[in-house]
Amino acid sequence: MKFSNGVKDGLPIGLGYFAVSFSFGIAGSKLLSWPLVTLISMTNLTSAGQFAGLQIMADAAGTFIEMAIASFFINLRYSLMAISLSQKVAPSFGVGKRLLLATGITDEIYALAMSQNGPVTARYFVGLMVLPYIGWSSGTLCGAICGEILPSIVTNALGVALYGMFVAIVVPQMKAHLPTLVAVLIAIACSLAFKYVPALSGVTVGFAIIICALVASFIGAALFPVKDESDNVDQTKGEA
Amino acid sequence: MNFRDYCLFLLVMAGVTYLLRAVPFVLLKGKIKSRFWRSFLAYVPYTVLAAMTVPAIFYSTDNKFSGACALLTAVVASLFGLGLVGVAVVACLTVLGIDGLMMVV
Repeated sequence: MKFSNGVKDGLPIGLGYFAVSFSFGIAGSKLLSWPLVTLISMTNLTSAGQFAGLQIMADAAGTFIEMAIASFFINLRYSLMAISLSQKVAPSFGVGKRLLLATGITDEIYALAMSQNGPVTARYFVGLMVLPYIGWSSGTLCGAICGEILPSIVTNALGVALYGMFVAIVVPQMKAHLPTLVAVLIAIACSLAFKYVPALSGVTVGFAIIICALVASFIGAALFPVKDESDNVDQTKGEA
Repeated sequence: MNFRDYCLFLLVMAGVTYLLRAVPFVLLKGKIKSRFWRSFLAYVPYTVLAAMTVPAIFYSTDNKFSGACALLTAVVASLFGLGLVGVAVVACLTVLGIDGLMMVV
């Protein structure tokens, strides 16, 4: 598998990432200057994790421990993908290359790499991740600069774009897989409680997200365990 | 937030995210056997996104009403099969329309 095949396969992912990270850039521009927002995207390549991170940074009470725990649980699924990808790559895909290219393990890149016939070479994997990486970084750059220039009525409107995309990821899965609907509703109920129940309002934003997601996923897994790999919750349409 | 805090936050976030990907990629050979933990991890992305969207979307605009309407139109648009960008555009137009109307009224 050649580098050029990877680039070709990565193009649609890169375009999609540009749109998502453009809205991340808009959201980030409310808190940070454009180079700092862009640096987050260049070093993380994960939408849900970055967005939670941004919310923790924006919270005056946010702590580094909270950031570490939130990043850990929100991105834990990448470990799962990394494990299964490690069995799919060619023997020549050595330790050094793995350390260098591990950042490329995102929902979409992982899904595409796994769908290939035969072992995945490092060359193909680099090709696959190059356009998504560029799309993700440049999208944030453009979004953050637009966020600084455009009037607030426009950036407010653009600010909900990211939430719109989150909805577009979650709703189709809720429609297709009833247990996901249940888990998502539990997460939302829990999240509303942290916002509006006075006794819980002292909990910081990051920990609230962590607790909601853990409780809802735990209940989901206990009540409705997914059957096997093929019957797994579909992650191919997920975010970065 | 000052620059030093930003750097530390970034280091923690990027460091944890990288290690989660790199360590199992290099070290682990076997699959996760436990059906419970595989299920748990499959649900996490969706519950995280849901918890981050509600109620934060209500406070992402100038008034709660336009944020709530954006959530509603986004869900409807998604149920009708619109994709990532399509749903986002619908949500943006909703806010633009309602905030614009409120400025006029």
